Amino acid sequence: MQNESLSISVPSPAYTSAKQKIAIALAGIGILLVLVVWAAGRVVAPVPISLAALGFVLAGVLVFVREEYLKYPEGIKNNGAWFRGLTARGVWGWLLGVLITGFYVCLYWFPQYLAGLIQLFDPFSRLLRDRAADQWFVYGAFYTAAVLFMGIKFIYKYRHNPYQRLRTFSVMFFQLGFAFLIPGLLLRLQHPEIYFTYFWPLSYYQGTPMAYQGYSGSGLGTFFFFFGLAMFFIGTPILTYFFGKRWYCSWVCGCGGLAETAGDPFRHLSDKSLTAWKIERWMIHSILAFVVLMTALLWINVATGKSIFQEYSQLFYKMYSFAIGSVFSGVVGVGFYPLLGSRVWCRFGCPMAAWLGIWQKKKSKFRITVNGGQCISCGNCSTYCEMGIDVRAYAQKGQDVVRASCVGCGICSAVCPRGVLRLEGANSHPPAFLSRTL
Amino acid sequence: MKIIILGNGVSGITAARYIRKLSDHEITVISDEADYFFSRTALMYVFMGHMRRKDVQPYEDWFWDKNRIALLRDRVSHIDFEAKTLQTAHGKSIAYDKLILAVGSQSNKFGWPGQDLDGVHGLYRWQDLEAMERHSRGLNRAVIVGGGLIGIEMAEMFHSRHIPVTFLVRESSFWDIVLPPQESAMINRHINEHGIGLRLQTELKEILPGENGKCRAITTSTGETIPCGFVGLTAGVSPNVGFLKNTALDINRGILVNEYLETNQPDVYAIGDCAEIRQPQPGRRSIEAVWYTGRMMGETVAHTICRQATAYNPGIWFNSAKFFDIEYQVYGDIQPREPETRASLYWEHAEGKKSIRLAYDRHSGAVTGFNLMGIRYRHEVCEKWLHAGTQIEEVLPNLGLANFDPEFFPQHESELVAEYNRQTGKNLVVKRKRGLPAVLQFLNKQHSSS
Repeated sequence: MQNESLSISVPSPAYTSAKQKIAIALAGIGILLVLVVWAAGRVVAPVPISLAALGFVLAGVLVFVREEYLKYPEGIKNNGAWFRGLTARGVWGWLLGVLITGFYVCLYWFPQYLAGLIQLFDPFSRLLRDRAADQWFVYGAFYTAAVLFMGIKFIYKYRHNPYQRLRTFSVMFFQLGFAFLIPGLLLRLQHPEIYFTYFWPLSYYQGTPMAYQGYSGSGLGTFFFFFGLAMFFIGTPILTYFFGKRWYCSWVCGCGGLAETAGDPFRHLSDKSLTAWKIERWMIHSILAFVVLMTALLWINVATGKSIFQEYSQLFYKMYSFAIGSVFSGVVGVGFYPLLGSRVWCRFGCPMAAWLGIWQKKKSKFRITVNGGQCISCGNCSTYCEMGIDVRAYAQKGQDVVRASCVGCGICSAVCPRGVLRLEGANSHPPAFLSRTL
Repeated sequence: MKIIILGNGVSGITAARYIRKLSDHEITVISDEADYFFSRTALMYVFMGHMRRKDVQPYEDWFWDKNRIALLRDRVSHIDFEAKTLQTAHGKSIAYDKLILAVGSQSNKFGWPGQDLDGVHGLYRWQDLEAMERHSRGLNRAVIVGGGLIGIEMAEMFHSRHIPVTFLVRESSFWDIVLPPQESAMINRHINEHGIGLRLQTELKEILPGENGKCRAITTSTGETIPCGFVGLTAGVSPNVGFLKNTALDINRGILVNEYLETNQPDVYAIGDCAEIRQPQPGRRSIEAVWYTGRMMGETVAHTICRQATAYNPGIWFNSAKFFDIEYQVYGDIQPREPETRASLYWEHAEGKKSIRLAYDRHSGAVTGFNLMGIRYRHEVCEKWLHAGTQIEEVLPNLGLANFDPEFFPQHESELVAEYNRQTGKNLVVKRKRGLPAVLQFLNKQHSSS
């Protein structure tokens, strides 16, 4: 019993009821269908098989939710999070990590191996977009399904918490509408495929001269180009001043949406150490600096007419696209959910989060306040912070949490067993309670 | 100056941290229980799989070296108060200039037959958690004896592992020596809702031995025999002072201290659960074994040692807990049955899982206490009102300010005020809602006028 972690010493399997096993079997059949099509590289009857795959997974989620949450009184449901292989970096966690990582590798560099899945979603793509499916449509469909299905699970998990319900409904809405259906319908209507909720610099392409030229034939495209710029320079500072970066990161953004839904079971895996915080600060700001420099170079090229920067700036763009756009945000960012937690990209990489974070830290009313002296230093807030913020370090001192990385998900407040944390907005701090005790 | 602190719980560690903040004294913390400070109140979450051991340790391991707080894993076997030295079980002899005793509590055992059998444990130390873990595999049933805060935590812990639980409570309703009847009844319902076998007005009579000195079953005062592989003894805690008995140290139930937390021995202080205050402030108990008082005592003793003698002033009483899914907060003085001089205004949500209670003086109208179930109230706001003896009819219209629930949660203050209006024929209206800007305005205004 000298184990560092009791989780390792728990030899009995996590409790699973018969209905939960049925739920896992149902979802398993759906996933198996997808895996078979992926492996086969082709599909005979895409419509029934795709519907069956999605239907089985959804049915599995619904049965699971009923058993896991609705059967019990509402409340915090983190029992066994560190005991289960899937959520505590056990065998299932690693396997899932390999599976998702493998999918991303195929998606970015070997789309020919996704031929079966592309066929599987082809009828759906034609229905929505009036054109053949490609690997990106497959990706969008999976992504949206993950946000919706796991969003349903999350809403039931936090059914007692209106903030969590609304926030999750919001990310599901923006993913389904603005990141899936609307871009598809725009294509059908011969418009550019526009994702209204992704701006530069998260969408690093969107601020470049290539994007501007690409949009030039379309009024909507040109509008979106300037809309994106306005969101960066005006919208972000104003909205962040009033609401904190959560207006985007945990209510609108698709990356955030996936992290908050599909990534929720892994949120406690984020690294809380001081070292991780130090790495986070230089890494995320370096990436923001890089994307700004890269975009500036591309525009200088256009303005000066193919200057000496040309080859370097294109190289920069390619480097960024490969290292950050594909490897970091996709392969590591999502593929490593079961190993590093759900917000690795948002915390260490996303230049949009860096920009929002600067405003949140320097000029925002948003803060998490601490309820007097009620903190018992238990650590639930820090453990369940997907951004790896050591919330407890603030709470036990009675100090407001004002951190660049906080996405305002509100889970620290939800899991606090003593009602100590509250997300809110004001321009100054309440007097520190603890320093008044003497 | 060399300062030795016995015990690395919240009291001892808070003392160490503040001494370091205020001075360059040499600090050594000795603990027999654990290498590093952990949150004792979070033990349950480790068992339930919410957190790992390292997650309930509030400071990373490098913290202690960086702050020059030496940690020694050892057990003190003897203290020579004359020579100012202590002896440890590992044979060390350590001299001190100042000694802080922060040795905590131990679980009460009331001489039940079989109370020392294998599988019979309290829940206080890390080792108790390990014992629970050891006995949990294949456990047929756990019986928990004692209806207080630790008892209900233990019930939740076993329940989280799908182990059947029988919960023996001596009183006629859960924790009714502290909670008023309605709140206590709410928790009874909630315990039953979770499928715990709650046995009110039932006491442990005997623990029956099985093979290899393990417990096999218990019998109750109601004549029932309940087979169980584990018995949780959670009928309160008392100061862990056994090893100090028969020394020159003045001990009653705990180590007796004055308002400066000084014992009868020179340069020896006692703080936290193990300290018994000779003359507690009016309305306060001489021993208060809670997290918050331990922390405040640690801070106070650090000031006394490093600066000027500082009297322990715990301020207005507050506490909190969580009973399965229902959070509980209290500010000020709430009695299970308020005296005749006080009125108690109570509102309960129709679903029976939330309530607000305000106690106030019938004559002066001054608010004396807040009791919340399933609703969060802001400590600073309640404290200001209590401190100033604010009138109930001034508090009620502003009660929304105290609400600390997250955004989009419904606010129920107007329902409590409606109850007050119904009782008194008044026509008060809630004018203020929760939110930091209004709270800051309120706190600053109060501050400048006082």
